Amino acid sequence: MQRSTAEFKSQAELALQDATLQRAMAKAKGGFVDKRRLAVSRLPEFEQIRAEAKSIKDHTLAHLDYYLDQFEQKVVASGGRVHWARTTEEACAAVLNIIGAPGKQVLKGKSMVSEEIGLNDAMERAGHTVVETDLGEYIIQLAHEPPSHIIAPAVHKTRDQITDLFHAEHEQYGLTELVTEPEDIVNEARQVLRTKFLSSDVGITGANFLIAETGSTVIVTNEGNGDLTQILPRVHIVTASIEKVVPSLDDMTILLRLLGRSATGQEMSSYNTLSTGPRRGDDADGPDEFHVVIVDNGRSEMLGNEFHDMLRCIRCGACLNHCPVYGAIGGHAYGWVYPGPMGSVLTPLMIGLENARDLPNACTLNGRCGEVCPMSIPLPDLLRTLRFKEHERKLSGARARWALKLWGMVARHPGLYHAVTGVTAAVLGKLGARAGRFRSLPLASGWTQARDLPAPQGTTFHRSWGRRR
Amino acid sequence: MSAARDEILARIRRSLRRSDPLEAPPVARSPAPKSSVRPQLDSERLEFFVEKIHAAAGTVDRAATSPDVVPLIKDYLDRHGLEPRLVVAEHPLVSELAWPPEWEIRTGAAGGDDHVSVTAAFAGVAETGTLVMLSGADSPATLNFLPDDHIVIVSALRIVAHFEDAWRLLYDRVAEMPRTVNLITGPSRTADVEQTIQLGAHGPRRLHVIVIDG
Repeated sequence: MQRSTAEFKSQAELALQDATLQRAMAKAKGGFVDKRRLAVSRLPEFEQIRAEAKSIKDHTLAHLDYYLDQFEQKVVASGGRVHWARTTEEACAAVLNIIGAPGKQVLKGKSMVSEEIGLNDAMERAGHTVVETDLGEYIIQLAHEPPSHIIAPAVHKTRDQITDLFHAEHEQYGLTELVTEPEDIVNEARQVLRTKFLSSDVGITGANFLIAETGSTVIVTNEGNGDLTQILPRVHIVTASIEKVVPSLDDMTILLRLLGRSATGQEMSSYNTLSTGPRRGDDADGPDEFHVVIVDNGRSEMLGNEFHDMLRCIRCGACLNHCPVYGAIGGHAYGWVYPGPMGSVLTPLMIGLENARDLPNACTLNGRCGEVCPMSIPLPDLLRTLRFKEHERKLSGARARWALKLWGMVARHPGLYHAVTGVTAAVLGKLGARAGRFRSLPLASGWTQARDLPAPQGTTFHRSWGRRR
Repeated sequence: MSAARDEILARIRRSLRRSDPLEAPPVARSPAPKSSVRPQLDSERLEFFVEKIHAAAGTVDRAATSPDVVPLIKDYLDRHGLEPRLVVAEHPLVSELAWPPEWEIRTGAAGGDDHVSVTAAFAGVAETGTLVMLSGADSPATLNFLPDDHIVIVSALRIVAHFEDAWRLLYDRVAEMPRTVNLITGPSRTADVEQTIQLGAHGPRRLHVIVIDG
């Protein structure tokens, strides 16, 4: 997909001025947060499960080579095949190789890894027709847009926009009536996609988990599209990244107890499906071929370094839903596949910090993402670490570095610090005494452009504290 | 391809500061799943199972014995104005039912024209009201997804408290993992249009569970 991470600031500004987007985001806002809070409050064991989940992932990551190898052996033993891909290019090549001759109709269940590797573009370039089947993914495919949320890809679209989109795109199927109610919109998509389900050659899904002890891939969905995608076509391909593996069904169970609650506030999503190998000899349905493409794309380098914790992520989207920055600008402004806090950590690691230098700064460090993360990933710390690296590699602006250096010098000399702050507080206090605030201030336009700066009281905290004692 | 495999595994080992594959499997984190990570059920298991299915927008009937099942299905079809045209699994719980002779009963995989399916669950999980469905020659997975109405029969003896219990049953009774294990909780749904929940996105619009007590 097109990458525009370098234009984060201008894209964020446009997003803030986009009235339709703001309307869509306002509708989404409270919903996810309230539903999660309710679901968590109904599970007294939540914190214990969360601690156990962290230890499962820590254990798996510490023995990742072993569990991936075990997973592969079990897939092969059940008649499937495993393909390994170091890079996005290798991953796409592996999938194209399985699909074979051009001209195939390929169904897709929702898969963020497939977005990461740019699979749809690669398949279309190779002459295949790609049909996204998750309703949200289908909507944005029609609109030629990338997902704006990792579990609700069309969260940025209003109902009116979907109505117009369907009206324009479904005429070819003889569906000319304008559908405006959510129920009718869903039914029309069901009708159109049903014929695609029954007539496709290949189905591609992602995986929420890979289970080492059984060689199963697991998808978690609500619509049932992922299931139709993988049981109707002759070939089922799974795209999954290396950190998705867990040792056992019991381990998966513990992660599942957190996933739905953190994502949509559901105790359990409608469909959790384990797929193991191709159809058995006497099965009445199911695919003849089962392939798993395991993608690294930089993850093996994250293992054991300061971003190791990020590999515990189960892609629930809770950090997006609780992020004030994401809530204000939506996902597209981030410019690549993964938005919000988890994206601001992952994107620089995957495409290079120099290509995404604004993302770690698109954060108020309010800490909510870290608090709600079911896998206890210290997201604010990881974002701070990235900021530190930017500073080290001189990727931050010269002015910011110069200002920090100056501040560092002043802060290391208490006498100087008290003198400078004392004078500043006195001068600003006097200048702003009448209005109580500044509308504009030299050297502080970055602040005053968007809001007023309250005038200081005329003295520093240190001084008034000293006087009071 | 194997070059990629070897390099990925080598990189992983390098990052983990290990040069060779593990000689023995890693020591399991804990020998048995801890009870503290299982949600406590605050009512009796079967009752809890039924409550949770309702919470997930499914419906439930209780049958005292197998002969009571067909009349319940008839009521269900009547209630929703459905034709007695069914595609059914060949699972013993379904095969032993005596269908009225005028009903149209078919077995095998489901197609686009099948509106009602009747299948049997391997187990039910009380903690979330989930049905555990195994694919096989007698129970095609398409029956769980293509029809608009999905009717599932489950024996009360197979309702377990937690998923961990269902896995134990699976290990004990099934020699190898079936191609597909579907964990089904309520009917198909989506919230992709303005976060409004709509049932029947791509899978069944309704899920009806019949628990046989005897």
